[in-house]
Amino acid sequence: MTENTYDYHAVKGFALSSLFWGIVGLLIGILISLQLVYPQLNFNSWLTYGRLRPLHTNALIYGFTVPAAFSLFFYLVQRLGRTSLAFPGLARVTLYVFNIAIVLAALSLFAGMNSSKEYSELEWPLDIGVVILWVMFSINIIATIMKRKEEQMYVSLWYILATVVGVAIVYIGNNLAVPVSWFKSYSIYAGANDANVQWWFGHNAVAFVFTTIPLAIFYYILPKTTGAPLYSHRLSIVGFWALVFAYLWTGAHHLIYTPLPDWIQTVAIAFSIFLIAPSWASVINGYGTMKDQWGQMRSNYLVKFIVLGITFYGMQTIQGPSQAIRAFSALVHYTDWVPGHVHMGTMGWVTMTLSAGFYYMIPRIYNTEVYSVKLANLHFWLVLVGQLIYSATMWITGIRQGAMWQAMDKDGSLVYANFIQTLTPNYPFWNMRTAGGVIFFAGFLVFVFNIYKTIKSAPAVQRA
Amino acid sequence: MDVDKKPVTFIILATLVILVGTLLTTFIPLFVGTASPSIEKVMPYKPIEVEGRDIYIREGCNNCHTQTVRPLLFETARYGNYSKLEESAIDRPHLWGSKRTGPDLARVGTKYPAAWHYQHMKNPQSMYTQSNMPSYAWLADNKLDTQYAEKKMKVLGYPYTAEDMKKLEGKTEMDVLVSYLLRLGKELKQ
Repeated sequence: MTENTYDYHAVKGFALSSLFWGIVGLLIGILISLQLVYPQLNFNSWLTYGRLRPLHTNALIYGFTVPAAFSLFFYLVQRLGRTSLAFPGLARVTLYVFNIAIVLAALSLFAGMNSSKEYSELEWPLDIGVVILWVMFSINIIATIMKRKEEQMYVSLWYILATVVGVAIVYIGNNLAVPVSWFKSYSIYAGANDANVQWWFGHNAVAFVFTTIPLAIFYYILPKTTGAPLYSHRLSIVGFWALVFAYLWTGAHHLIYTPLPDWIQTVAIAFSIFLIAPSWASVINGYGTMKDQWGQMRSNYLVKFIVLGITFYGMQTIQGPSQAIRAFSALVHYTDWVPGHVHMGTMGWVTMTLSAGFYYMIPRIYNTEVYSVKLANLHFWLVLVGQLIYSATMWITGIRQGAMWQAMDKDGSLVYANFIQTLTPNYPFWNMRTAGGVIFFAGFLVFVFNIYKTIKSAPAVQRA
Repeated sequence: MDVDKKPVTFIILATLVILVGTLLTTFIPLFVGTASPSIEKVMPYKPIEVEGRDIYIREGCNNCHTQTVRPLLFETARYGNYSKLEESAIDRPHLWGSKRTGPDLARVGTKYPAAWHYQHMKNPQSMYTQSNMPSYAWLADNKLDTQYAEKKMKVLGYPYTAEDMKKLEGKTEMDVLVSYLLRLGKELKQ
C-alpha cells in the first residue's frame, strides 16, 4: 500500500486547530495567574477570574488536547490498521463543526453561561454539540478499525477505543440536566449525589482525556522512534484492563472529609492506591523498552520528550494516590498543591507526549523533515523548566498554606485566625508560577513555530 | 480469547469493565439513597435566593470558594460546625467547590450582616487591603432579569408564593447575590 491512500486532511486540520486553541488556552492561563496577585486585572465582567478559569481549563481540555487526539488518532488508526480512514468526508465535517463549537463554547463561558461543574461547565446545547462531535469522531475511529488489514489490534488501538467509550459515558452521565432556557439548566442530581457524579466525571476526564490519549500515542511512538520493540506485551495487557477497571472507582477521592458517605470515600481511596500498579505498568514498559536505548536520550530529541513525559506520568501517578490518603488530603486539599499536581500532569506528561506525537507525525504526513532539531531542543528545555517552576512553587505554597490553616495554639485557638494572613504569603509563589507559565508558553510558541516551518518546508503537493 | 482481534467484542468488554465501578460507587448510591438524606428539615430556597445562587454560579464564585466545612478541629475552629449531608440535599447543582483561594462560605451567612457583603462585593480591598478578590461593583448596576424566575422554581420543585415572586421586583444582581450569601449556613429549619 502506498502512502497516498491514507487520508490526512482531517489529521492536518485537527493538528492546527489544537495548536491554535493551545495558544489561546495558555494565554488565558497566564492572565488568570496574574489576576490572583493583581486583582485590578479583572478588567470587566467578561474577563473576571471566575469566568476565565473555566475558559482556561475548557480551552486546554476540549480545544487543545481533544483535537490533538482527533488528529493523532485519525493518523494512528490508519497506520496501525494499514487502511485508509473509513469516512474522510465525515472527518472534514467533524473538523469544521468542532471549530465552530469551540468558538461558541468560548463565547458562552465569557458570558458566564456555565453549569458550575468543573471541567464540564458548558451549558446543555453545547453539551449536546460535544456529544454529537464525539459520535462523529467515534464512528470514524471504530469503522476504520473494523476495516483494518492488520488482524491484531496494537495496544495503542485499545487505548483509543477506551477513550472513545470512556469519554462518552462520563460526559453524558455528568451533564444530565433539566433546561430552563437555552442558556441555563439545572443538574438532575442534587447535593452529595451531584458531587459524587461530578467527581466520578472529573477524575475520569483525567482517565480518558489526560491518560488514555497520551498512552495511546506513547505506546506507538516510543517503539517507532527508538526502533526497539515494546518491552512486554503481557504487561501492557494487564496494565490496560486494570487501568480501565480501577479508574472509575476513584472519583470520590476529590471529596474526602465532605458529607459524602464515608464508605464511598474509603473505596475511592483504596482504588486510588491500587491504581499505582496499572499506571506504573506503562512506566515500566517504557523504561523496559529503553533498556539498551538510553544513549538515544542524547542523540534523539524525540526520545527525550517521550521519556520525560512517561517519567512525569510515573510521578503523577504516585503523587495522586498519596493525595487520596486522608491524612495527606487534610493538609493539601483546597490548597495550591492540587493545581501544582494537575499541572505536572498536563504540562509535563500530556503536553510533552502530544508534542512528541506531532513531532513524529507532522514530518511524515507532509513528507518532509522536522524544520529544526535545535528549536525542538529549545522547546523541550523551556517547557521542562517552566513546568518544574510551576509545579514546585505550587507544592511549596500549598503545603505552607495547608499548615497555616491547621496551626493552633496550645489553648486551641487558630494561630492565623484571619484567612487573609494565610493568603498573602502565596503571592510571591504565584508570581513565580506566572514566570514558570510564561517560560512554558515561550516553549510552546517555539514548538508551534517549528511545526509551522516544518509544514512550510513540505513539497507543495503535500501541503494542500 | 483473542479480544484484541475483535473490535466489537473489545468495545463491549471495555464498556462493561468501565461500568462496574461507575455503577457501584456512583449510580447505585443514587438509587439506594446512601447519599440522599431526608429533606424534611431543609428550608427550600426562596426565588430571590435561587436567583442569587445563579449569579454565584454565573460568576464562577465556586472557582475560589468552597462550601463544605470538614470535620477537622482546625477547620471547625475557623468556619464553624462541619457540613452535614442534609444541608446540601436540595442543591442542584452542589457548590462544594475544590479550591480555597478565598475562605469557605458554607457558614458565611451567619457571620456578617448584609451591609458588610454590599461593601465587600463592591470593593474587597477597602476591607482587606491585600485581598485578591475582584471587585463586583458592576453587579449593583445590573437589574435582575426575572424572565425565568418562575420557571426555575418549577423546574427545581421548590414551593413559592406570589408574594415571594413579588420580592424580585426592582432588585439588582447584587441584591439577590447578597440574599443568597445570607442564607449560607441557615439551610436547616430551627
